[in-house]
Amino acid sequence: MMNARTFSIGGVHPEENKLSHDAVTQVAALPKQAIFPLSQHIGAPAKPVVQKGDKVKVGTLIAEAGGFVSAPIFSSVSGTVFKIDTAIDATGYRKPVIIINVEGDEWEERIDRSDRLELVKDHPELTPEEIVTRIKDAGVVGMGGACFPTFIKLTPPPTAKAECVIINAVECEPYITADYRLMMEHADEILVGLELLMKGAKVTKGYIGIETNKMPAIELLTKKCTEVFGGTEYSVEVVPLKQRYPQGGEKQLVDAVIHRQVPAPPAIPVNVGAIVQNVGTAFAVYEAVMKHKPLFERYTTVTGKRLQNPGNFLVRMGTPMKDLIDACGGMPEDDNKLLAGGPMMGKALTSVDVPICKGTNSVTIISGDEAVRKEPNPCIRCAKCVSACPMGLEPYLLAKLAEVKNWERAEHEDVVSCIECGSCQFTCPAHRPLLDNIRQAKATVMGIIRARAAAAQKK
Amino acid sequence: MGKLIVSLSPHAHGTDTVERNMYGVIIALLPALLVSFYFFGTGSAIVCATSVASCVLFEWAINKFMLKNERTTICDGSAVLTGLLLGFNLPSNLPLWIIIIGALFAIGVGKMTFGGLGNNLFNPALVGRAALLVAFPAQMTTWPVPGQLTSYLNAETGATPLAIMKDAIKHGDASILDQLPSSLDLFIGNHPAGGGALGEICALALLLGLAYMLWQKIITWHIPVSIIGTVFVFSGLMHLANPVYANPVSVCLSGGLMLGAIFMATDYVTSPMTAKGQLIYGIAIGVLTVVIRNWGAYPEGMSFAILIMNAFTPLINNYVKPTRFGEVPEKK
Repeated sequence: MMNARTFSIGGVHPEENKLSHDAVTQVAALPKQAIFPLSQHIGAPAKPVVQKGDKVKVGTLIAEAGGFVSAPIFSSVSGTVFKIDTAIDATGYRKPVIIINVEGDEWEERIDRSDRLELVKDHPELTPEEIVTRIKDAGVVGMGGACFPTFIKLTPPPTAKAECVIINAVECEPYITADYRLMMEHADEILVGLELLMKGAKVTKGYIGIETNKMPAIELLTKKCTEVFGGTEYSVEVVPLKQRYPQGGEKQLVDAVIHRQVPAPPAIPVNVGAIVQNVGTAFAVYEAVMKHKPLFERYTTVTGKRLQNPGNFLVRMGTPMKDLIDACGGMPEDDNKLLAGGPMMGKALTSVDVPICKGTNSVTIISGDEAVRKEPNPCIRCAKCVSACPMGLEPYLLAKLAEVKNWERAEHEDVVSCIECGSCQFTCPAHRPLLDNIRQAKATVMGIIRARAAAAQKK
Repeated sequence: MGKLIVSLSPHAHGTDTVERNMYGVIIALLPALLVSFYFFGTGSAIVCATSVASCVLFEWAINKFMLKNERTTICDGSAVLTGLLLGFNLPSNLPLWIIIIGALFAIGVGKMTFGGLGNNLFNPALVGRAALLVAFPAQMTTWPVPGQLTSYLNAETGATPLAIMKDAIKHGDASILDQLPSSLDLFIGNHPAGGGALGEICALALLLGLAYMLWQKIITWHIPVSIIGTVFVFSGLMHLANPVYANPVSVCLSGGLMLGAIFMATDYVTSPMTAKGQLIYGIAIGVLTVVIRNWGAYPEGMSFAILIMNAFTPLINNYVKPTRFGEVPEKK
């Protein structure tokens, strides 16, 4: 019997709803017009380097990194820059975008479009520094949704020492199956990507964390790992994990896989020696480094209980969600909630024209009654939110403190440690909007902390 | 296509509701209720029905006429539960008007003055019981003997196990304890000297309720186990030191201990929010119960121990925090 690990505190078991589990990935049709938000990652927005009327190819740089924590953006289509404008993105606000009218499908020559598997041992030119530079220049960011620039994670601050790379293949969000399909269809590339990540981070230990609802992926990757890494300097272990949300949270995953707990912010996983990368990121790293292919397409699940044909797509970024939804049978006839991401942490969108971005792992449609929140009741102090919180916080208290605007106490009660996973609200029998309130407290307290630091610096 | 609904995450919710928990506790009380019908007959049915009906009525009336709330709260099951728990704590021959006064105290004073469900400091059913115990000491301390199927008006009353234990301590005479029913009789509840409040006498039925609540994840083990464990250890030590103190098994199976530990102390609203806090609360209730039973004026200490610790619950919540993620030192 397999000995599955998991994280130590809290967690919930949402209904899985992996409707597209067995749907083989389809290549999505090219859009007529592609929309590229300049802010698709954590950090400064990218700066456009094209102008209206410019001709671009697939893989042409259209916006460069806007700062150290930032990432360049590449066109996913060939055609003409229609305009540089604003459009509603996943945040619900109008943000700067580059819009490209699609003409044909002409790729930059440097991109290797063959299926040939490139191995790290055949490329002696790939020093750790070269790997990191290629990842940075290709605009690779965390593909799990957070979109933190990958190269920064590979170059930890001098105070921390990386010991291992952990591949996040947990996919604990209900509905989403993009990572699972990717693993089943591109296991070899993912393992080369992992090797590149380990080499780039100068470590030899790697882990792949997968929940046990994806047994075929666990078996496949375990077999391939022995083949690929057996007898090399690298030791890679596939770690089966018990199904439990939010196991895909970085801190929970590190805890589950290597039994080390990342301390409260500002500490990050590398402070306990771990560099966590999404499995989609490992694939993107492979393509970026070995195939000279910048990040402009990704695996995305399009799903929903009332959708006719939920599926998985290899989709060019900038494609409006509407195109994908139509490919699955169109929006259900009802009031719907359209989510970028899954039901636990996804963002509800205000428009079906929002484009697929680097972090869009899923387009999830919740329909009818499930889309509407229930009326909240008074808190009965059942303490279920306290047991569910994976960070060991007291959600009922933090939410109350936010209601009465007691920011000082909220800071004292560690509100900034909240990872906004929503387990508390999911579990609340009184249907209280706990996370709404806690988010507000967290944002306010973080603002206070920043202001305090700025004031201290002035002195 | 309809409209797009927008709200913050999470967009999924578990199936748990306030009603599921309240009615779950009521289901867990059913074995003990049925057993009490068997032991105390119509008396039990009349007392429980009166208590439940008046609790629900008072909650409805206070909501409607005093608080002028649009939404009625009686459907959430909490008033029914309070009524049932109050009934469980009463003798099965208590006059109806006293029960109604108890219900008024429980719902009116214990719950609604604080702002209704979720805001009360003290367990409402115990507030009702404590008020009646102080106001009507004679009626509240004569206990019908179990095993009389049809008597409400002319129930035969007798000594309870706790009264026997108290007597033994008072006279310093361990032989008085020989009148106690055997542990098995206490466990089942069927013994002429095994009387008590109508819901408390059958430990077996109450433990079935505990199992159900644990299985349904309505409560966790922390409070009941820490209370029963503490009482067992503390009274066990007392028994070893001086045999006029009854043996720990009898102590744990007598009086309101099981009912209190399983159903009263675990009341969501008035018990601590963290596992550590719940253990502290449970241990303190256990110690206080034994202290009151052995050295206090009353033979039973459970309800006062719970009420005292209810008062400490905000303090416990304030100082006892869960272990934050990342706080514990590295495991191996």
